[in-house]
Amino acid sequence: MRAPSADAGSDAHAGADRIRRTVDAVWRIESARIVATLTKSTGDFSWAEDLTQEAVADALVQWARDGVPQNPGAWLTAVAKRKAIDGWRRRERLDDRYRALAHDLTEAAATDARSPDLLDDDVLRLVFTACHPVLSREAQIALTLRVVGGLSTEEIARLFLVPVATVQQRIVRAKKTLAAAKAPFETPDPSEWAARLGSVLGVVYLIFTEGYAATSGDRWMRPELAQEALRLGRVVAGLLPREAEAQALVALMELQASRFGARTASDGSPVLLADQDRARWDRAQIGRGVAALARADELGRGRGPFALQAAIAECHAVAPSVEETDWERIVVLYEALGRIAPNPVVELNRAVAVSMAVGPASGLRIVDELSASGALRGSHLVPSVRGELLARLGRSDEARAELLAAAQLTANARERDVLLAKAARA
Amino acid sequence: MKYMLIMRTTAEAVEASASMDFEEIINAMGAYNESMIKAGVLIGGDGLTDAKEGFVVDFNSQPPVVTDGPYGEVHELFNGFWILEVSSREEAAEWASRAPLGPGSKLEVRRITDQSDFEDFADNEYIKKEKEWRGEGAIG
Repeated sequence: MRAPSADAGSDAHAGADRIRRTVDAVWRIESARIVATLTKSTGDFSWAEDLTQEAVADALVQWARDGVPQNPGAWLTAVAKRKAIDGWRRRERLDDRYRALAHDLTEAAATDARSPDLLDDDVLRLVFTACHPVLSREAQIALTLRVVGGLSTEEIARLFLVPVATVQQRIVRAKKTLAAAKAPFETPDPSEWAARLGSVLGVVYLIFTEGYAATSGDRWMRPELAQEALRLGRVVAGLLPREAEAQALVALMELQASRFGARTASDGSPVLLADQDRARWDRAQIGRGVAALARADELGRGRGPFALQAAIAECHAVAPSVEETDWERIVVLYEALGRIAPNPVVELNRAVAVSMAVGPASGLRIVDELSASGALRGSHLVPSVRGELLARLGRSDEARAELLAAAQLTANARERDVLLAKAARA
Repeated sequence: MKYMLIMRTTAEAVEASASMDFEEIINAMGAYNESMIKAGVLIGGDGLTDAKEGFVVDFNSQPPVVTDGPYGEVHELFNGFWILEVSSREEAAEWASRAPLGPGSKLEVRRITDQSDFEDFADNEYIKKEKEWRGEGAIG
């Protein structure tokens, strides 16, 4: 035992709270491996997740009484396996799986008996399961944070500003959906690989972007959410060292997160790229991002959408000022990105880059074409960029009208303030 | 939140490690680092070269006196550090307790400061600047 349960005479509540935090910490570190191991043994992800949650509940009671075990991850795994055997016994389904698990439990340090590589394979299966295409995006996000990231339901609810019951419901439904679809606990076939990997990386990046530019709430950014995404991204990149896009996603998130500090003024209002003090960018984080992009490039498979976006972020990160930014290179990168992953937001960003490299009139032409196509209708992005470009062209009345329209459309209170301020200046 | 794990080892333990299989030490440290990289928590760290190569700048006198290592009276030597980005103090403690270290070694675990540590000095000009630099609760 590593620690006494609680000092004699100390507050029992404080002791229980301390144990809760210790269990949470162990769960953070071990959840993916435990759920993956149990799913592998039982062949039933949903049940495995229930079993591990029950093991965690047992830990709260037993560790408070007896102290934290020497190897808490192995303890949780063993307890969950024992619960699986009990479950089979009750259902009188004592087949080969039961014998295999029972055998495992008689071996000392059962979890350590498996090689780390095999364990990684199971964790990878878990990642693909949590991001399975039969699940809604919301369900994928909740399940990934819960089983891969090791977050509690309460933590996920707090991060997404939704009630705990909502997250609970999402997870219960996700597990039912996976069971109904009979989703196998396997990594995808080569024919599906690219799409399924894209889905995993997409879930991670969606969590990041919600933290990077919150679509709701009265805060402009929610860095703690972006930080969870970064952690998940590093986990996935570690599991798939040969996948350039997994490395590139980490690069992109590191490079964008390096600007977090400069993106918010002391009163919580957003500071836009042009106005940010670049001395406030996190150089260590930029270094990690640049290194991750180099790792992606070294794999020699060419640049995918995340690598191109990371390369754009790198252009900004290494530029001493807005004026000294290599906007021509950014235009080229956006053109490449627009070709392999056509997207109106990318097109809008290309317009901004063109306006910096060539001039606002050229940028405006691209925005007008985009606007005429009807893409992004209802979003504040088009009028916001259009207003900006019109202001630079000295067309103040039109600029003001666009910026006010943009302010009406955004759901983020902080962003609305910025747009109204710009309209007032136009 | 970020924590620094600072490795502190007695001079005797450092000497004793000279007789150990160095490759074994590298393998154990490598596996430990890899486990933290795979968990997405290790964001920095390095080992330090022999204290004999180091030197001390002592501010007990003005101008400060520079003395070559290994610094005479010191009982424990800093030999390296890790920087982790974790969700709680308990998680930092959990990772620290897994380090492949033996008797004579300690890990000092220190949280790296963030804005919340300077709230009492909120009016200080540099603290205000710092808050702007980093953004409320921002990463980095």
